[in-house]
Amino acid sequence: MLEIRDLHATVADKPILKGLNLTIKPGEVHAIMGPNGSGKSTLANVLAGRDNYAITGGEALFEGKSLAELEPEERAQAGLFLAFQYPVEIPGVSNMEFLKAALESVRTAQGKEEWDSVTLLRQARAACKQVNLDASFLKRGVNEGFSGGEKKRNEIMQMLLMEPKLALLDETDSGLDIDALQTVAKGVNSLRSPERGIVLVTHYQRLLDYIVPDFVHVLSNGQIIKSGGKELALELEKKGYGWLTGEEESA
Amino acid sequence: MSQAELDKLIRSNYEAGFSTTVDTETLPPGLSEEVIRFLSAKKEEPEWMLEWRLDSYRKWQEMPSPGWAHLHHDPIDFNKVSYYSKPKSLDDAPKSLDEVDPELLATYEKLGIPLHEQEMLAGVAVDVVFDSSSVFTTFKEKLWEAGVIFCSISEAIQNHPELIKKYLGSVVPKGDNFYAALNSAVFSDGSFVYIPKGVRCPMELSTYFRINEANTGQFERTLIIADEGSHVSYLEGCTAPQRDENQLHAAVVELVALPGAEIKYSTVQNWYPGDENGKGGIYNFVTKRGVAHDNSKISWTQVETGSAITWKYPSVILRGDNSIGEFYSVALTRHMQQADTGTKMIHLGKNTKSTIISKGISAGRSSNSYRGLVRISPRAENARNFTQCDSLLLGDTCGAHTFPYIESKNPSATIEHEATTSKVSDDQMFLCRQRGIDPEKAVSMIVNGFCKEVFKELPMEFAVEAGKLLEVSLEGAVG
Ligand SMILES: Nc1ncnc2c1ncn2[C@@H]1O[C@H](COP(=O)(O)OP(=O)(O)O)[C@@H](O)[C@H]1O
Ligand SMILES: [Mg+2]
Repeated sequence: MLEIRDLHATVADKPILKGLNLTIKPGEVHAIMGPNGSGKSTLANVLAGRDNYAITGGEALFEGKSLAELEPEERAQAGLFLAFQYPVEIPGVSNMEFLKAALESVRTAQGKEEWDSVTLLRQARAACKQVNLDASFLKRGVNEGFSGGEKKRNEIMQMLLMEPKLALLDETDSGLDIDALQTVAKGVNSLRSPERGIVLVTHYQRLLDYIVPDFVHVLSNGQIIKSGGKELALELEKKGYGWLTGEEESA
Repeated sequence: MSQAELDKLIRSNYEAGFSTTVDTETLPPGLSEEVIRFLSAKKEEPEWMLEWRLDSYRKWQEMPSPGWAHLHHDPIDFNKVSYYSKPKSLDDAPKSLDEVDPELLATYEKLGIPLHEQEMLAGVAVDVVFDSSSVFTTFKEKLWEAGVIFCSISEAIQNHPELIKKYLGSVVPKGDNFYAALNSAVFSDGSFVYIPKGVRCPMELSTYFRINEANTGQFERTLIIADEGSHVSYLEGCTAPQRDENQLHAAVVELVALPGAEIKYSTVQNWYPGDENGKGGIYNFVTKRGVAHDNSKISWTQVETGSAITWKYPSVILRGDNSIGEFYSVALTRHMQQADTGTKMIHLGKNTKSTIISKGISAGRSSNSYRGLVRISPRAENARNFTQCDSLLLGDTCGAHTFPYIESKNPSATIEHEATTSKVSDDQMFLCRQRGIDPEKAVSMIVNGFCKEVFKELPMEFAVEAGKLLEVSLEGAVG
């Protein structure tokens, strides 16, 4: 469902991705690991279409369509979801209002039946419960005054409702305590299905104890330098990234 | 309002931009004593009213136009303005909607103001002002039963001279300022409200204004008197057709809250703001002021999205002890619009309290200024004010300015002032778009969120209107 071939990309005109190859098939869970600054977030943002992140070579195809030709909202409507590393606040716009707009747009685009407000509220409450967020968070401004962990759980809550085809999770584990980590992992695991692809971007292998990936890739200097199964993550944990990059790890 | 509605509106052009061709009887442009005599005679006004107007005119002639607002415009030639116009078909006032000029009704229909529906559903009495004269007033009987007087100011001059003589100009004196003096000389029509002692007005009182004649100045005059312990909520909404000529509007609104009374005055203003080059658009110079007596409360809520130039400072004189003044404002400017708006809270009584929440949104090459005065007089023991001014910028070519003036002559006063300036950030936009929300909708959602504290002060039925108007104005604000 996702075909990345020889992808080159820049952030604010600075080359970051330098010939990246990756194929994700439905039902697979991939973990992308790598030292700080290796380009993990860049990859996620390029795929989602953030301003200032430009594809300068190669291609990224999502279900056969070139992502470069789609606006960010069209990519979302096509079923691509990004859980942000740093979720931003939107004061005064309630979570519920936000979800309503998002779901209306995405469900309509995907030809799914429209949810009336009663259904929406019921689904949203259930999603909150799944990630251990009180339903009162639906009334609060998007991420407004949420703690770091609450923001991350809020992202997963949105993901559960949006039912994406391809979910990209950027450092969703960072800043979570062990209980929250397990909650988040349970949420993500509940989305695992034969039709869905999941990409976990993470710095540590801790998350992978709870969401066991099918493949692990190591990103360094804008390229995938090694791929393997879940045991690769454990090996990395033991030996550090320096083992592969030949550098001292900075983080 | 629903997001679908927002979405539709944000894409639509300025829907109110059309004009009807109702036959009008319009005075040729120019201002003189003769014009005022003609106008007053036409309205069959008593002699004392004519004298009042002439006295105002003489005061006005001696006043320079105000130059201190953060506004730029060519000098207005007051002799190019026409001071009287009236739809002809209304010479014999209609008794019901059926008797109203169908073209006029069609105009309201286009504006989305289905009068029939309002009459039946909302329980809102509508005093529709078309150009300068009142077309008709609905729900009069029901109000009459409650003892509420809700009529045009012209009618009030005829039927309630004692109230007019006592209160007209009591809050905004004839010579208060340049535009107020002009209004006092030539005011065309407007609303009059009197709520008797202890009465809670059974419905929201609402007036829709509409400027129609090219080159016709609009000089509305509104007077609301809430007698002791009474309560009233008044709604004012405006929208205007697209025009190339600048149109002058100089309204005066006076509120009198007698002891223990409460007046809530809400405005949604959407006059034609001019195109992206600043062509056309309304010049809006308004004097709105209320006097709050002991234990009374006056609350102004406004949503300003229109006009090429807005000059407006709804104010409260907190004369009585324990009186309360509130000002909640959203002012949105885009294209070349200029807004200089804010409030004055004049604390005279003891334990008086005022709250100011101002939200300015600027887009395009517009300029948006908040100008507020909080004055605590020497005898205003324990006065309190809280002011919050937030500015939101859409883009890099617009400007936001805050001019807070604080004059405290009593050391027991508590005055708090908070101000913020923010932008709709790329990160916020990206979060919305990543969730499938298109950019126009994202902007409108973010802006609406920014305004939430003010919108929640609006009466329910009006909040929808406010959202709509905001949307129309946001159209084109995104890349
Ligand atoms: N907005 C930006 N402008 C310039 N450089 C950036 C920007 N965002 C990220 N970078 C740079 O891109 C590189 C990759 O960053 P990132 O993709 O965030 O790494 P990771 O997520 O793997 O830690 C880093 O060198 C970082 O400094
Ligand atoms: Mg990162």
